[in-house]
Amino acid sequence: MAGNKLAIMFGVAAALFWFIGANAPQAFLAHFTVFVLGCFIGYMVVWNVKPALHTPLMSVTNAISSIIAIGALVQIAPPIAGAAGRPDDWIRALAALGIVLTAINMFGGFAVTQRMLAMFRK
Amino acid sequence: MSASLATVSYIGATILFILSLGGLSNQETSRRGNLYGMIGMAIAVIATVFGPEVTGAGYAWIIGAMLIGGSIGLYAARTVQMTQMPELVALMHSMVGLAAMLVGFATFIDPEASRAYTGAAKSIHEMEIYIGILIGAVTFSGSVIAFGKLSGRISGNPMLLPGRHWMNLTGLLLVIYFGRAFLNAHDISDAMLPIIIMTVIALLFGIHMVMAIGGADMPVVVSMLNSY
Repeated sequence: MAGNKLAIMFGVAAALFWFIGANAPQAFLAHFTVFVLGCFIGYMVVWNVKPALHTPLMSVTNAISSIIAIGALVQIAPPIAGAAGRPDDWIRALAALGIVLTAINMFGGFAVTQRMLAMFRK
Repeated sequence: MSASLATVSYIGATILFILSLGGLSNQETSRRGNLYGMIGMAIAVIATVFGPEVTGAGYAWIIGAMLIGGSIGLYAARTVQMTQMPELVALMHSMVGLAAMLVGFATFIDPEASRAYTGAAKSIHEMEIYIGILIGAVTFSGSVIAFGKLSGRISGNPMLLPGRHWMNLTGLLLVIYFGRAFLNAHDISDAMLPIIIMTVIALLFGIHMVMAIGGADMPVVVSMLNSY
């Protein structure tokens, strides 16, 4: 990459980091650290995937994206349920539907990937 | 299970997910990679269900929902033709987008979820809800259109509306405007209108964005929506 573009990119990143560091609470920074490292790991790991395996890659990353199930699972019956003003039934209904949808993707996604990879058997 | 045990389980699941993607670097290790992904997901779900955030009252709901979803997913994966795989992946991914929207809304209407936050932390929490629903909505509607194009239900020709760039830009500016309104709202009922308007805009944007792309590029689009 040309030197100028690289310098500009680093400059923008530094400005963003400064903004975050000046305003964000400590807990957010811990999550932000994990996020940044995750981005690099994801980028580097996926670069190594052979072109022939790109479609199974699309399928398995889709299956892994059903990790959103965790978000729905913690809303179904948290310890704070029943607190005043908390619309428990609405939240439970939304979360239950969320779990059904992600379960379809979880089980279906890995099964689809398995079928795709089975085609590669020599 | 304590919160710390749940956390180390999540770290273990993360390691397995990374190894899962790494396994796809060549064909010999790819089947094992898929297995690592399954084990990682199982660990994450079990750690959550037996962790501090889920009480006994939820077990019936969770088991029921997972049974229904799991059987639909497995049935679809087993019976679909190999040539229909990309559209099945697009359809399943639209469900992830919809689930992300539902989770976002459930967090939004829960006053207990944001009670402990003040100041910058509260803004960050609210922004995460807003952006989460935004991205979930774009992913959902975009993936549905991708499914439509891949299955031939929608024409593969890109739908290039005149002024489409202005439409997209207007949508983005409106979303930012309502984002400010959302952050400044005093309570949940005040914030409801901005977030619903944003959701509608996001859904329309997802449709518009993918309709403007030709059918042959759909696998790339699905991968991109996947990353969202």
